[in-house]
Amino acid sequence: MSYASSLYLTGAEVGLSLFGLVLLLVSAWSGPRSGRLLTVVTVAALVAAAVFSAHLFGRASGGDAVVRAFGDLYRADAFGSFAKVLIYLATAAVLVVTPRFFAQVGGYRGEYPVLMLFNAVGMGMMVSASDLMTLYIGLEMSSLSSYILASFLRQDDRSAEAGLKYFVLGALASGIILYGVSLVYGFTGTTNYEGIRAAFDTNFSTGALFGVVFVLAGLAFKVSAVPFHMWTPDVYEGAPTPVTAFFASAPKVAAMGMLLRMAMDPFAGEVDSWRQIVIFAALASIVVGALGAISQQNLKRLLAYSSINNVGFILIGLAAATPAGVAGALTYLTIYVAMVVGSFTALLMLRDPTGNNLETFADISGLSTRRPALAWSLLAVMFSLAGIPPLFGFWGKFVVFQAAVQADLVALAAIGIAASVIGAFYYLKFIKVMFFDEPMREVEASSPMGHWAVLAICVAIISPLGYLLTIPLGEWTAQAAASFVAAM
Amino acid sequence: MEFPILSLMLAIPLAGAIACLFLGAQAARMTALLATLVNLALGILLWVNFEIGGPQWQFVERAEIFAVFSYALGIDGIALMLIMLSVFLMPICILASWDAITKRVGEYMSAFLLMEVLMIGVFAAQDLYLFYIFFEAGLIPMYLIIGVWGGDNRIYASYKFFLYTLLGSVLMLIAMMWMVNQAGTTDIPTLLNYDFDPSAQTWLWLAFFASFAVKMPMWPVHTWLPDAHVQAPTAGSVILAGVLLKLGGYGFIRFSLPMFPEASEQFAWLVYILSMVAVIYTSLVALVQNDMKKLIAYSSVAHMAIVTVGLFAFNVQGIEGAMMVMLGHGLVSGALFLCVGVIYDRLHTREIARYGGLSINMPKYALFFLLFTMASIGLPGTSNFIGEFLALAGIYKVSTLVTLVCTTGIILGAAYMLYLYRRVAFGEQKNADAAAMPDLNAREWAMLAPIAAAVLWMGVYPESFLAPMRQDIAALEARIARAAPDFDADNVIGTPREHNANYVAAAHGEEGAH
Repeated sequence: MSYASSLYLTGAEVGLSLFGLVLLLVSAWSGPRSGRLLTVVTVAALVAAAVFSAHLFGRASGGDAVVRAFGDLYRADAFGSFAKVLIYLATAAVLVVTPRFFAQVGGYRGEYPVLMLFNAVGMGMMVSASDLMTLYIGLEMSSLSSYILASFLRQDDRSAEAGLKYFVLGALASGIILYGVSLVYGFTGTTNYEGIRAAFDTNFSTGALFGVVFVLAGLAFKVSAVPFHMWTPDVYEGAPTPVTAFFASAPKVAAMGMLLRMAMDPFAGEVDSWRQIVIFAALASIVVGALGAISQQNLKRLLAYSSINNVGFILIGLAAATPAGVAGALTYLTIYVAMVVGSFTALLMLRDPTGNNLETFADISGLSTRRPALAWSLLAVMFSLAGIPPLFGFWGKFVVFQAAVQADLVALAAIGIAASVIGAFYYLKFIKVMFFDEPMREVEASSPMGHWAVLAICVAIISPLGYLLTIPLGEWTAQAAASFVAAM
Repeated sequence: MEFPILSLMLAIPLAGAIACLFLGAQAARMTALLATLVNLALGILLWVNFEIGGPQWQFVERAEIFAVFSYALGIDGIALMLIMLSVFLMPICILASWDAITKRVGEYMSAFLLMEVLMIGVFAAQDLYLFYIFFEAGLIPMYLIIGVWGGDNRIYASYKFFLYTLLGSVLMLIAMMWMVNQAGTTDIPTLLNYDFDPSAQTWLWLAFFASFAVKMPMWPVHTWLPDAHVQAPTAGSVILAGVLLKLGGYGFIRFSLPMFPEASEQFAWLVYILSMVAVIYTSLVALVQNDMKKLIAYSSVAHMAIVTVGLFAFNVQGIEGAMMVMLGHGLVSGALFLCVGVIYDRLHTREIARYGGLSINMPKYALFFLLFTMASIGLPGTSNFIGEFLALAGIYKVSTLVTLVCTTGIILGAAYMLYLYRRVAFGEQKNADAAAMPDLNAREWAMLAPIAAAVLWMGVYPESFLAPMRQDIAALEARIARAAPDFDADNVIGTPREHNANYVAAAHGEEGAH
């Protein structure tokens, strides 16, 4: 395989890396003033990377195109490209709504967009890796920049605490993954996915099972599935709100994409070994995510539990262990990104007249009379997160449960969907507070166009209009899921 | 391709709903009234053009614009009647809210118009998942209507309404997925004739039952209804009682019975028992209520129990009766809530003891109230008589015991309704403020008179309403006939004995002759 082809396939990552290095120099020389400019340029770069990934997606979903780069360390297949489009767009959307937050609290520097860029490169590698080494490099690249982002508000104790907590527990999870990786390597003699799969097919020993379990446990930490979810509420609450928005969107896609590929490619022959783990994690995440959120007053903390809850539903798609299940999980992720970016954008638009961010239930009471457009957007997002039709969030739940039913996991689907009713309770609380309660606080009367644009796009996707996307979305995710099936 | 009248009936209130969000109070009221009246006109057009005895599914539309499921609409006679009920009650609801709702009028009207879209959608959907989406989406506007514009305890009521009905219907979704996976289609007309394995039917029936029993509502999952009714604004109660409760009955007719006949027979005893308990228990509860709306809410549960026994009688009379009770109850209970709303708007209390002797100062009101009270009891000449009589005649062919108990419920119904009427309209004028209330105004006339006319029409000439449904009910009966339960008191004519009772064996006879 020629270098030219490999570089072409990794074009988005290579381009973003080089671009990030240049921006790093620019920000080092120009000082803190350049933050805003660098953000704009970074958003443009990320959108360009998304377009390039979409191009690769079209190429890979055609069928026989070469997708392996650097001797199968890396695959630019339909699955990876689809996830990358999602990751880059989500990162760009979050960056659009970021600078205004820091303009109020201070401390915005050029490093921020650069860190986001490197994070995006790491995430791109995570979803495209087809070798344990590439995977680990991508994972660490993304994680390390996430730790710094969590503690970006250096003068704020909560932010520093969030960063430290995230770092300590994240490092532990990385260690667990690494240990699992070393076991898998020890029992198979290779780090390549295809090689691992072939080796497992001939002989799957107890030691190798330990390796698989460790890898999956570490990945469960990264997607914040129960019982490895403890860090999520603290980190989400403490990190600056735009960073929380980022953590809840793009890295979730990356970690979930990595988990899907891992489970369905190298470990595909061992479905029976890992399925029960995934089923437990899925149901536990749905229930804990729903119950934990009920008593929360802080909206960021509540959305943290909501993300745990959502991860549970995505894992149901994985538990089906079929192409339809993977496609369903990807569909869910797509809609989830729109919902989560929309909800955090709305949260960032909530400020009191002096510009302080509002983030508790008491702050948003009676919002529908003060900011009707914002309240109605949040209403759509919340009903969508609760999975009530005709909002598009229903479709995400629909496809994963359908995959589970088709895979004969009717009991799992029935328990999962019944537990989703618990979750509806706290989403309803949002609406109750905004619409039924009397206003208690003054809120800022207007928001900048950038925020409105991001919110409008997200709400348009999750509105009933989103159902018009079901056919293309179904085709794209099916092609993405076919990347593994072709390899099977 | 014929004119897509059903889509138009969905599009008009939807456009109205979006417009109302941006309009001022008075403009929103006018827009909502206009949109609902246009839809009523379209509904009448639908009825006029409905070919009685024609193809089972008419006004069929289909567009493959979604993955997995399709945008497929079409109605039979049963759906037609229920759509008529919805479009008929809707302008009346808007009128009922004309003066009563003063805050956030645009959003209120928008929620109501959205409700209309979803109700028509439920009855017109010919695709399983499309039905589910419309069915479930109705929770959103109703939650807002109760929560924003409801009474003092509206928050509790709105939560209870939402979570109760949501929990009921999510299991149905899983059952639907299993059915689609098994049958390979989401098309309702095809599924109506698909025979599921009887052992699978048991589970599917229970999942659907969980949803429809809550919507219906059947005892003991009816407790959300009194709360929701009492706290909702008048028009909200009208829509809840008039149309939303019919979703459960419609679900039984459309899904449970024809798709799972064997399971329906298997669980008929469960339906009978729950219905019998509901008829007696909720009627007794209604007797002791102090709150007018709560009383009517409990009476709805009792009436709906007549619907369920009629449906599970497995014969034409029973099902026709159930449909007529649904239509009649939709009109009558809606009208009763409007009657409560009329005096609530004047005195702002629903407590029965605060009124009395209203027939003196509000004679026209008392006349309407009396008519609807009598209709609710099921007096001959009113809509409910036809339905209740047919439903009970139907169930008599299956179980005399159930008939006995349910008929007792009707006597109790007469007791609580007459008792209510006596306390409100007759007697002396105990309260000066109640005695000073003015009689009906023109707007209230416009609300009550059409319903009164419809109630009498349905009672005197029910053929207009039965004719469109006859063929569909016959088809349904033919479909479920194979599972119909036996008559419990059926005196079987055995094979005649060979000889008379006093016959003495021939050998003896010969002997005796000697």
